[in-house]
Amino acid sequence: MKVYADNAATTKISEHALAAMLPCYETYYGNPSSLHTIGQQAKEILEDARSRMAKCLGCEAREIYFTSGGSESDNQAILSAAYTGAKKGKKHIISTAFEHHAVLHTLKKLEKEGFEVTLLSVAEGHNVKARQVKDAIREDTCLVTTMYANNEIGSVLPIAEIGKICKEAGVVFHTDAVQAVGHLPIDVKAENIDMLSLSAHKFHGPKGVGALYVRRGVPLLNLIEGGAQERNKRAGTENLPGIVGMTAALEDACRDMEKNAVYVAALRDKLIAGLSRIPHCALNGDPVNRLPGNVSFCFEGIEGESLLLMLDALGISASSGSACTSGSLDPSHVLLAIGRVHDVAHGSLRLSLSHYNTPEEMDHIIASTGQVVQTLRNMSPVWRDLQTGKRQYIL
Amino acid sequence: MALYSEKVMDHFTHPRNVGIIEDADGVGEIGNAKCGDIMKMYLKVEDNVITDVKFETFGCGSAIATSSMATEMIKGKSIDEALRLTNKAVAEALDGLPAHKMHCSVLAEEAIKAAVKDYYDRNGIAYDKRQFPDEDCPHCHE
Repeated sequence: MKVYADNAATTKISEHALAAMLPCYETYYGNPSSLHTIGQQAKEILEDARSRMAKCLGCEAREIYFTSGGSESDNQAILSAAYTGAKKGKKHIISTAFEHHAVLHTLKKLEKEGFEVTLLSVAEGHNVKARQVKDAIREDTCLVTTMYANNEIGSVLPIAEIGKICKEAGVVFHTDAVQAVGHLPIDVKAENIDMLSLSAHKFHGPKGVGALYVRRGVPLLNLIEGGAQERNKRAGTENLPGIVGMTAALEDACRDMEKNAVYVAALRDKLIAGLSRIPHCALNGDPVNRLPGNVSFCFEGIEGESLLLMLDALGISASSGSACTSGSLDPSHVLLAIGRVHDVAHGSLRLSLSHYNTPEEMDHIIASTGQVVQTLRNMSPVWRDLQTGKRQYIL
Repeated sequence: MALYSEKVMDHFTHPRNVGIIEDADGVGEIGNAKCGDIMKMYLKVEDNVITDVKFETFGCGSAIATSSMATEMIKGKSIDEALRLTNKAVAEALDGLPAHKMHCSVLAEEAIKAAVKDYYDRNGIAYDKRQFPDEDCPHCHE
């Protein structure tokens, strides 16, 4: 049985999205900046997509800027708000310790340029409380940037509350909503979101395309200089097939959101219940405010990469935050931020589900994971030390 | 294209010589759980020949595969031959490892050395200390 359970990494494109893209390659291949008919047809399709995207997010079409994806959107939003703030002498930014690297590395770069960054702790409840944002805001705060939902552990942040606090304080609020868009109901106006990043391939759209929502009146600086595309804010010929595919995928996701969320959350809960029966493990992430498709566990006494390889051999595609899978010597910063010690963080497993998954697949994952964890524990000197009392159990 | 060679996957999914030797003549442990790799090697020695070897590994696929391959390469060999085993030779026997995984093969070489050193210490055999690494995870200090 083949089970794809890595939907937080990327998703399979929907048939509808793929079908919507093909005419943009075959028939409407013109450049939207061209004056001729074929170019103007493309322009029309582009603007139609922008309006439909806006409708899904509760904003105006002119507030949507198409980009290459989540990382570009995050970079542009954060750098733009920071440099705009600096002009007024405001050089303090608030974020959280478990952001995506697209955010954290951008903030690191700003720190080197003299900005001060406060990263809010997520150790309590594996989430951020709106109160922490309120307490951290200062006179010179120019930006609050928090993710909408965490990609590794699935915690969903109190975005509407944070938005309200930022609005009252007059601070720009950006949210990296890459994991949330298409999965959770989002209304940028009602939630007082000033800027929002999204990526198409996380909701069964194509790769290499995303968008940045910027509320009218919030200044936006360029990341990519060149032509006058995207109201002069993002140069480069528009990725029309990608944009059209993304729009089709988002419309489908928003139309079926409730149905999908109920179905996927039931799969998630079945998986969490099944995996919880493995001894000495712990669920990562907010158990209540949680993405419908996220399951994240740490298993004591084993290492995540070997767990992934064995699951892969059993047909299961998953992910881990172990050092060996991160390409660095440290395990995932998200797991460390929620207070998992290194020894345990190395043994993490993330399964991220979509509506293409089935209950039978969950049974296969539960049985396989139990078996693989046992196999690895049987050859682990750490597990032996835990069992003989030479080492104390953490989980 | 898979991350690892077929040989690595074979040794990872069907590791040879997993376990412990209760009455081992030498035991060596390398690495620590904090950095995600621990390798423990057990040796049985008779007339300077390694008659049995077992290992336990907490670590990634290549750490497990190199442990397994290294035990096969030293079983039945003399202590001196075992000490000459290099991480490069283990990696080559596995048809290569990805560049960023080479440090895992160092662990196997060092676990064997640590076990031999333990054997020497237990039996009062004199040796040149320089041929043995510190019993510490080499890549923790990078």
